[in-house]
Amino acid sequence: MTTTEETPMGFGRMHRKEDVRFVRGHGNYVDDVTLPGMLHGAVLRSPYAHAKILSIDTSAAEAHPKVRAVITGEALAGLNLAWMPTLSNDVQAVLATDKVRFQGQEVAFVVAEDRYSARDALELIDVDYEPLAPVVDARKALDPDAPVIRDDVEGRTDNHIFDWETGDKARTDEVFANAEVVATQDMLYPRVHPAPLETCGSVADMDPITGKLTIWTTTQAPHAHRTLYALVAGLPEHKIRVISPDIGGGFGNKVGIYPGYVCSVVGSILTGKPVKWVEDRSENLMSTSFARDYHMHGEIASTKDGKIQAIRVKVLADHGAFNGTAQPTKYPAGFFGVFTGSYDIEAAHAEVTGVYTNKAPGGVAYACSFRITEAVYLVERMVDVLAYDLDMDPAELRMKNLLKPDQFPYQSKTGWEYDSGDYPRTLRMALDLVHYDELRAEQAKRRDAGELMGIGVAFFTEAVGAGPRKHMDILGLGMADGAELRVHPTGKAVLRLSVQTQGQGHETTFAQIVAEELGISPDDIDVVHGDTDQTPFGLGTYGSRSTPVSGAATAVVARKVRERAKIVASAMLEVSPDDLEWEKGRWFVKGDPAAGKSIQDIAMAAHSGLELPEGVEGHLDATCVYNPPNLTYPFGAYICVVDVDAETGQVKVRDFVAVDDCGVRINPMIVEGQVHGGLADGLGMALMQVMAFDEDGNHLGGSFMDYLLPTSMECPSWRLGETVTPSPHHPIGAKGVGESATVGSPAAVVNAVLDALKPRGVRHADMPLTPAAVWCAAQGHPFRTDLAIT
Amino acid sequence: MQVPAQFQYEKATSVAHALSLLGKYGPESRIVAGGHSLIPMMKLRLAQPQALIDINEITELNKISVEEHMLYIGAMVRHAELLASALAGEHFPIFHDAEKLIADPVVRNRGTVGGSLCQADPSEDLSAAFAAVRGEAVIEYGEGRRIVPIREFFAGPYETAVGDAELLVGVRVPIRSSASAYQKVERRAGDWAVAAAGAELRLEGDTVAEAGIGLTAVGATNFHAPEAEEFLVGGPATAERFARAGEIAAEHCEPVADQRGPADYKRHLAATLTARALGAALSRWHGRHQEA
Amino acid sequence: MEISVTVNGEVHARDVEPRLLLVHFLRDELRLTGTHWGCDTSNCGACVVWLDEVPVKSCTVLAVMADGHRVRTVEGLANGGGLDPVQEGFRQCHGLQCGFCTPGMMMTSRWLLDHDPDPSEEDIREAISGQLCRCTGYENIVRSVRWAAEHEAAEVQS
Repeated sequence: MTTTEETPMGFGRMHRKEDVRFVRGHGNYVDDVTLPGMLHGAVLRSPYAHAKILSIDTSAAEAHPKVRAVITGEALAGLNLAWMPTLSNDVQAVLATDKVRFQGQEVAFVVAEDRYSARDALELIDVDYEPLAPVVDARKALDPDAPVIRDDVEGRTDNHIFDWETGDKARTDEVFANAEVVATQDMLYPRVHPAPLETCGSVADMDPITGKLTIWTTTQAPHAHRTLYALVAGLPEHKIRVISPDIGGGFGNKVGIYPGYVCSVVGSILTGKPVKWVEDRSENLMSTSFARDYHMHGEIASTKDGKIQAIRVKVLADHGAFNGTAQPTKYPAGFFGVFTGSYDIEAAHAEVTGVYTNKAPGGVAYACSFRITEAVYLVERMVDVLAYDLDMDPAELRMKNLLKPDQFPYQSKTGWEYDSGDYPRTLRMALDLVHYDELRAEQAKRRDAGELMGIGVAFFTEAVGAGPRKHMDILGLGMADGAELRVHPTGKAVLRLSVQTQGQGHETTFAQIVAEELGISPDDIDVVHGDTDQTPFGLGTYGSRSTPVSGAATAVVARKVRERAKIVASAMLEVSPDDLEWEKGRWFVKGDPAAGKSIQDIAMAAHSGLELPEGVEGHLDATCVYNPPNLTYPFGAYICVVDVDAETGQVKVRDFVAVDDCGVRINPMIVEGQVHGGLADGLGMALMQVMAFDEDGNHLGGSFMDYLLPTSMECPSWRLGETVTPSPHHPIGAKGVGESATVGSPAAVVNAVLDALKPRGVRHADMPLTPAAVWCAAQGHPFRTDLAIT
Repeated sequence: MQVPAQFQYEKATSVAHALSLLGKYGPESRIVAGGHSLIPMMKLRLAQPQALIDINEITELNKISVEEHMLYIGAMVRHAELLASALAGEHFPIFHDAEKLIADPVVRNRGTVGGSLCQADPSEDLSAAFAAVRGEAVIEYGEGRRIVPIREFFAGPYETAVGDAELLVGVRVPIRSSASAYQKVERRAGDWAVAAAGAELRLEGDTVAEAGIGLTAVGATNFHAPEAEEFLVGGPATAERFARAGEIAAEHCEPVADQRGPADYKRHLAATLTARALGAALSRWHGRHQEA
Repeated sequence: MEISVTVNGEVHARDVEPRLLLVHFLRDELRLTGTHWGCDTSNCGACVVWLDEVPVKSCTVLAVMADGHRVRTVEGLANGGGLDPVQEGFRQCHGLQCGFCTPGMMMTSRWLLDHDPDPSEEDIREAISGQLCRCTGYENIVRSVRWAAEHEAAEVQS
């Protein structure tokens, strides 16, 4: 990596402005917030996956000398707060009243003078449960005799949530009926958890005098949270201030509102003091937003020589006990509809059925771009299964079927308009970087010697930057985002954003966008975000949407400022605006480059007594709300090389090449960092991360001892490449990239391991491919990775 | 985050002091060494001792030495210190093999040899390593000290021969001409073993004169494999016989299925890793004797 | 009970419960919030500080155990006003994103370079293997430590 000490005037490699505080340990995360008189909350959670609550005795806890309040579901019911809306128009219990529906569900909330006493008091609460049979296996959720989980909803007699379909069923069936080759495969993308290193938490401070509620909280979407608090608690929205300080990773985990946040608010209202609640790691893993849990049945139709014609898929989606999936309203399966991937096919159809189970609610969360991880995994596994059946090279099969550059903008068979791409170029670059042909030759030799080596190829197309307001909203809130830019008299600027970084470097990259547009150094631009009182409304950072939406808003607002500066410059230079020409940082008179005014001079003049044309207000401030015309479609080719120990099942990732095309790169250093992190995530999911449950619904991944995340030892030194195909509709040609690698890499790793196991006749095995899973697959008896191993 | 319940705390300054504190607080007290097993259990409130007796300041428990032809490892020797000890590695490279794979470098800075043995986790690595080389626990009590072979040290999962009023002060291993090695399969760096095997070999000519096999995480009684050892002694040191010894060891294991894998896989690993550890030990034997 | 701990060279005496974890002593009692925590089971390493001469996971050490000992945290890493080469390396090489694992990573890296001024990539990976990062995929952390090693070597030469 090349590093630079120079601050670029716009796009380019640049050290992050935020790092100055982080490397000194001066970040300010939610648990770092301490207020005078602050109390501490702790949540009592259900030990059962499914049980009736017979009684809750809080008297001993209330008698604890340091306890200030004990809150139960019954108490919340009195305030009409026992249930809250989810992001999918369902409801979720804040504190359980009638039943508990998953292990780890919130049952009571203690407020005490210190965090240790709050924990002690949890032990003093006596809850009498009557255990009920749980629904653990999603595949049995719709059995006629399955226990009904959501009996809180009157008249509900089953665990069915929704059926959704996309594509042309009749046409797809027709293609399949006539196909020369049909490959079929069941596969599971198991339940995983994003597990940011910082858990979720909040500090709620209701000022009893002013009635203003301030909440410091781990949120990726502060404005959406404020609106939801207003709706949940009936508080006036202008009396709520949500502050999202530094966030220790989000990855989707910090999109939704959790019961603990609401309890801290109630605790503050009841005690008149600020209340801090920060969950521990087990609470984070067991109760907050999981991801995936898609049981997929895929089919792919092709000609004998490998021309893919159609894809058909049926999905059973495990949504847990409450449907809390975060996604645009019209898309109950998120953007799974892009499961046709990067290929030129004739027809496609998908059916998705969502069910309740006795597991934590959530869904989508985890750098997946609204279920595109599942979609990409499905199609990339199916292509490899087809290659296996046809005995074709998987790279060659992909190259044969990739969309061609002249097909863009491409209307997919499921209704998406891919904005731009040159797929073959990107795949070719990845193959060259990894020395594909040499690897295949080495593999042949190793196979002859009985050694297992695998090369996994995956090609993905993402659809990010939700999204066009007429199609996309969350709980009725359109997915547009705002930006406000103010240029001070001395030419320094402050940019206010509705999106919220969790490590993506917004304080740097958004300043670079302004710099590119206005010629003000990024060092002279302060980026303000994460405070609803100081920033314009918008839906926040997730689904790789910050650059596609707020990045566009920033470019547009900077261009507005530039146009205002043009008027001021014309007054300063006493020429018509039409006679001015822009070069980065200044307006000058066409044909007379020496006659010009810098943006700094213009800013001062804009605040001065300079006479401006009629109707021109002065100052250079501007605002913008950006409603994206389409999503952006980043893509990439990933190749993973593994060695598998045939006797122990251990997998060693030897090499990983990732070529990403995310359009124009604002700060290549940050883009590469985003890709590195996502690759590790994908490797983790492919090889170790899973949340399985035993037959009683006990969570088997409730700590970092059991829910394994990749370390520095499993990760190879990632090798990256890039191609640049600008987005035609984005103001600066950029596309989102934050989730590309998480979306694309699981399939590459799994494909590599299964490629290694090909001599053993293994066509598919489910993630995570732990040593046990690999060995069992090689023995011909793979196990269910979502259930307890027996 | 999770926090422990309340307890009384005493810092012991000597072994005698620690023993007297154990007497004072009785069976509801616990010794804390590195604390990397006990403190997490206390945070989960699975352990709620009324008193903790901290032995971190007892420097006399902190040494690695050779005494009377025995390698002596004090109970308070940190994992990192054992890993860094040239003395230990020279005589028993198995300890370096195992220590490299125990938890992670930062945990190894704090966790101790004695603490790991006394935790008696069924997946503990050092238990198998010491079992392989036939180590002996040195236990002190009010009136004196007693020696318990590691192979008799474990009374069951999380239970040891150390009594309520006793303290494990160290482990010793008779030094003899031998070679040793340790092999482990883990799901990820720093994880507990899916299965692991340690082996020690002494050859006379090409014949196995002494064999030690330690196993962890696979339900081997007292972390060792006496039937396989017996099979090896007196025969040639060949890959075929090592493989057979692995099979014998595996036959006598009782692995339990969990998220690390099904029982048949673990049994298979017991065989594979036993054979591999024996093979690695043999290579070291030959390496050493060729040098000489 | 009364304890006295020397943190970043400064003596701090406090009356604490025996159960108080060192990480909470640093964060809540001394308001040194640069040391984070991310799990309860000593798996993540967000809480790594030095106890005397070695990095430890402060979520699994009692504050009373540090009585009479020295602790060094991220706040004690910078030398006067200037950044430690490790801190500078993380900044130069984009070795952090959300910043949550960073203090712990840097404390371990500092220790590594003190004991091995020229660590290989493998050495670095091994040294930080008990510390999780969810953002960087470790790549740029490794490069950051190498950057620090190379710049320290250059400084020594000059």
